[in-house]
Amino acid sequence: MIKKNQSGIWRSVRVAAYGLTLSSVLLVSSVYAGPPTAEVNTTGMAVTDDTVTVGILHSLTGTMAISETGAQQAEKLAIEQINAQGGVLGRKIKIIQEDGASDWPTFAEKAKKLLEDNHVAAIFGCWTSASRKAVLPVLERDNGLLYYPTFYEGLEQSKNVIYTGQEATQQVFAGLDWVAKNKHAKTFYLIGSDYIWPRTVMKLARKYIETVLHGKIVGEEYAALGSTQFGSTINKIRLKKPDVIYAAVVGGSNVAWFKQLKAAGITGKKQTLLTLSVTEDEAQGIGGENLLGFYSAMKYFQSLDTPENKTFVADFKKMWGANAPIGDVTQAAYEGPWLWKKAVEMAGSFDTDKVVKAEESGKITFDAPEGMVYLEPNHHLKTRLRIGEWRADGQADIVYTSPYIMPNPFPKGY
Amino acid sequence: MLLGYSWSDWGSILVMQGFAGLSLFSVLLLMALGLAIIFGQMGVINMAHGEFMTIGAYTIYVISKVTEQYFPAFMPYYFVVAIFAAFAIAFIVGYFVEFILIRHLYKRPLDTLLATWGLSLIMQQIFRSTFGGREVSPTLPDWLMGSWSPTPSIDIPINGLFVMAITILVTAAVIISLYKSRWGLKVRATTQNRMMAGAVGINTQKVDRMTFAVGCGVAGVAGAAFTTIASTGPTSGSLYIVDTFLVVVFGGAASLLGTVASAFSISQAQSILTFFMTNAMGKVVTLLTIIVILMLRPEGLFASKVRK
Repeated sequence: MIKKNQSGIWRSVRVAAYGLTLSSVLLVSSVYAGPPTAEVNTTGMAVTDDTVTVGILHSLTGTMAISETGAQQAEKLAIEQINAQGGVLGRKIKIIQEDGASDWPTFAEKAKKLLEDNHVAAIFGCWTSASRKAVLPVLERDNGLLYYPTFYEGLEQSKNVIYTGQEATQQVFAGLDWVAKNKHAKTFYLIGSDYIWPRTVMKLARKYIETVLHGKIVGEEYAALGSTQFGSTINKIRLKKPDVIYAAVVGGSNVAWFKQLKAAGITGKKQTLLTLSVTEDEAQGIGGENLLGFYSAMKYFQSLDTPENKTFVADFKKMWGANAPIGDVTQAAYEGPWLWKKAVEMAGSFDTDKVVKAEESGKITFDAPEGMVYLEPNHHLKTRLRIGEWRADGQADIVYTSPYIMPNPFPKGY
Repeated sequence: MLLGYSWSDWGSILVMQGFAGLSLFSVLLLMALGLAIIFGQMGVINMAHGEFMTIGAYTIYVISKVTEQYFPAFMPYYFVVAIFAAFAIAFIVGYFVEFILIRHLYKRPLDTLLATWGLSLIMQQIFRSTFGGREVSPTLPDWLMGSWSPTPSIDIPINGLFVMAITILVTAAVIISLYKSRWGLKVRATTQNRMMAGAVGINTQKVDRMTFAVGCGVAGVAGAAFTTIASTGPTSGSLYIVDTFLVVVFGGAASLLGTVASAFSISQAQSILTFFMTNAMGKVVTLLTIIVILMLRPEGLFASKVRK
């Protein structure tokens, strides 16, 4: 009320103050600007004296948009935070966002556009293995750099890709160890959706269960993508009475799978179930009441109780809304821009070869929401695996955290 | 396969697997019923049938959210009311679609195929814009999600029983109204000889519109029943449309009895085969069998005796 009366004089004072602040910021930033562009960019990338351009390449439309929304939100949050801290080598990050449209050839085409027309210094993106495999030849030919956030099947390592999600051995072995030890599991029933990731994961799991845990696999089954009929599978499970159901069912099928399990009387109270493919994103669709008491093996859960994570969750919700779920891949996507910034600064250059050399130095670490992560010379992160027990509200209680696991994308004997 | 399990194990598995088959049967029948009415009675190939199911499913979702938010005490009962709403909304949309689009295309089955396919794309985009790309599922009343255990080793899913009950009611209602009511008489008359039906004073346009709308309404009920089993997304409809057409074509297009028989044989075959083989193999064998039977009986299981 008083402010209204004083508005005339105060407004001019405030304007003057803003003006002063702005000009001093400009002055300071011009004084502390990074090294000259010719030094940090010898390969013709989109780097000017005060900006550097990167690409974000996820599906904004089509069937994968559901999943990839969180990842691109997290990447934008990280970039905004880096800019607020002054950017990379004194340069603010500019984003060019492209839509992969859930279509693998489109992903390749857009990656080519980002690298050849926009000359971006790095790309953050892709989700499915199919989209990554489509982008890979483009990256290698144009010597681009991709930060890939999804947990995936492994068996790959490219000079031009940094994998911030877990590869299969990191997700599988520690989780199986945990059920074997804590649930005294001897018999396992494997079920997954019918495509490359679940099949590769189950291949690893089978060998590990049979040779290391000396357990027994009593059934292995794959349902078509999008399938909603699990009646026969569930009856087979009842007949075999496995100690553990080990699941990698993906996407919308998950909802049918968990609803039908519950309706058939197979609940967390009676049956141990460990899944590799349910994050907070999926939990929202499945409904916490259908997941209650089942377990997920992930490197990150939103409920993780550390100061770093609490800050991250608060920042994320502030930017994208209180109802935006944060799953494992969303957090891994958040790590991408930060790891890139560290490598660029260590290399003192935006040039891909120098940045990759810094990434491979074994000295890049990041205090991520999930805890400290270490970028290993094989382009994957050394991280921990966590087991989360689902609550009725769609969040998970973390019941186990593994020691650090070295990434091993090419396991011997598998 | 037979060894290692006790007889009581096998007994309970037989009961539950039989039930799984019956439950698949009611799902298939519910999906196909609306399509069979529209195709059988009017000769319209409705590619947007799946989207009318999705309308029903989203109706349940919206009503569940509203109930949860404003009338939490009403939660245990809302589902029954919501099913009628699902029918009503799909019915109304169907009524308008017939008025705007379908009535201009009668006697041109290939054109209706294209037009309704376009319609299904438009409807999917409307769902995406309204509800977003994420798959949703309603909060179901607790009594619907449990299981009924007559013995300790048998669990019969209540949602399966519920879908079965809906299917029986809807099938009975459709059969009675087609064969015992005045409206049904008009529908059958119009189907068999449109000119003559018009000549004896039946308003065939009105009959067409009602028939199409009822078919869509039934699809809405099918969608509502689905929410107890799976989730709903903008493209959920296209997931079911293939199975639905399979049932209708296999049964013989114009015959309701054929639709029932076809849904029954397909579901039982699939249920039994997927239990003894992998899921994918079970489906393949079922499909191959259907193809062979259709080669022997091109008109489907029960060919209709319509004068052409």
